[in-house]
Amino acid sequence: MLIDVLTALGVVVAVGLLFGILLALVISLFGVEEDEKVKQIRDTLPGINCGACGFKGCQDYAEAMASGKAAPNLCIPGAENVAKQLGEILGVEVEEPKDMVAFVHCNGTCEAAPEKANYDGIATCKARAAVFGGPKACNWGCLGCGDCAAVCVADAICIADGIARINTSRCVGCGLCVKECPKKIISMVPQETAVAVFCSSRDKGADARKFCKNACIACKKCEKTCPHGAITVKNNCAVIDYSLCTGCGACAEACPTGCLQKVSFPDLPEDFSWDE
Amino acid sequence: MEAFKNLVVILLSSVLVNNYVLSRFLGICPFLGVSKKLNQAVGMGVSVTVVMLLATFATWPIQYFVLEPFGLGYLQTIVFILIIASLVQILEIFLKRFSPALHKGLGVYLPLITTNCAVLGVAINNITDGYTFIESVFSSLGCGLGFLLAMVLFSGLRSRIDEMEVPSSFRGVAITLIAASFISLAFMGLAGIVDNLFA
Repeated sequence: MLIDVLTALGVVVAVGLLFGILLALVISLFGVEEDEKVKQIRDTLPGINCGACGFKGCQDYAEAMASGKAAPNLCIPGAENVAKQLGEILGVEVEEPKDMVAFVHCNGTCEAAPEKANYDGIATCKARAAVFGGPKACNWGCLGCGDCAAVCVADAICIADGIARINTSRCVGCGLCVKECPKKIISMVPQETAVAVFCSSRDKGADARKFCKNACIACKKCEKTCPHGAITVKNNCAVIDYSLCTGCGACAEACPTGCLQKVSFPDLPEDFSWDE
Repeated sequence: MEAFKNLVVILLSSVLVNNYVLSRFLGICPFLGVSKKLNQAVGMGVSVTVVMLLATFATWPIQYFVLEPFGLGYLQTIVFILIIASLVQILEIFLKRFSPALHKGLGVYLPLITTNCAVLGVAINNITDGYTFIESVFSSLGCGLGFLLAMVLFSGLRSRIDEMEVPSSFRGVAITLIAASFISLAFMGLAGIVDNLFA
């Protein structure tokens, strides 16, 4: 019995040792030296491979940075501290990462946006979106089931009057809701934003108007009004380039449908409280 | 002549009839994962073929000259995994050195060959089928080529699917799996073809 165990043990150890030595030999003969810089960068990164930077993992991000293809301020868990250290390694100035908050580009409240059908199924946005794009007449609007609220780590999202609203003072900028929304109507905007587009509709003006009273009708008034050239109408919907926007609010005054507004939370019930 | 015929039958039957991916459903992971682009699919197919051959070169002698004399046949699986893992590591080092582009393209799937059931399947099937060393080499070459064939066929199909308007509920993995099952069905039609080739 003991002999059997020992031979089995011996054979496995011998085979392992043989291939281990072979592997070591091959590495020392043909191995590629890893770039010292990449190694240093990777050791600085948190190493949790969360992927928030948009790369496959810390190693991938480190390689991209070492070859100059990525900025050092993309690591979200590492925050400023890591960004600063990475800047030192790479010898570049690190821009202060702007605080971003999530924003729902829809104002299709129950009153403004009629429904084309009664939906009586699984109560998640994903399920609703799978049935003819959801019960709302507008195919681009918020479905109001709160998939975003369910993933929010900061309890910053609530559903009011049929659409999701984000409390920007609570939002930590993790971007989970942006990924979760099946309609892709949530995006990250700078925290100090003064104006925002409350619509994502790509329908042509007349249709958009028919499906929702608050929709962007792509009249291009804002595009002409903006003194800084920060607004363009793409795919029948206004888009603000926040790197150019100064927050003067001229567009909001010009907008005929009210889909461009100074950022506030319109149409919240009067007795509404975020702490409920 | 008879021996040669035998080798050809083994080779062809492992490419067409007993195709590891499409008939035995082994090695599905890289089959679905790396078949998006033709050049990567070919790279993966060739790597798997090389690893299968290398694995057979290493595992057959170890089975017959080490494990069996000591009566340790039951250690087959664990020892083979050990060997294949080391071989894949060696292949990875070579690829990194001599073909960094392919190494980058294969990405995470190269380490996945380490635990690829198709490679382990070939090594073990060669033993259970009682093949001689030469037969084993031909069988694993055939399996590797069969894998390559499946990858190439499937990447062609997927590039066609990419251009199609697929209903939204089928988009992505769903249509990929359906397409895979169709290729698999098509390969069922090849059953029996090799046995009658020389009849």
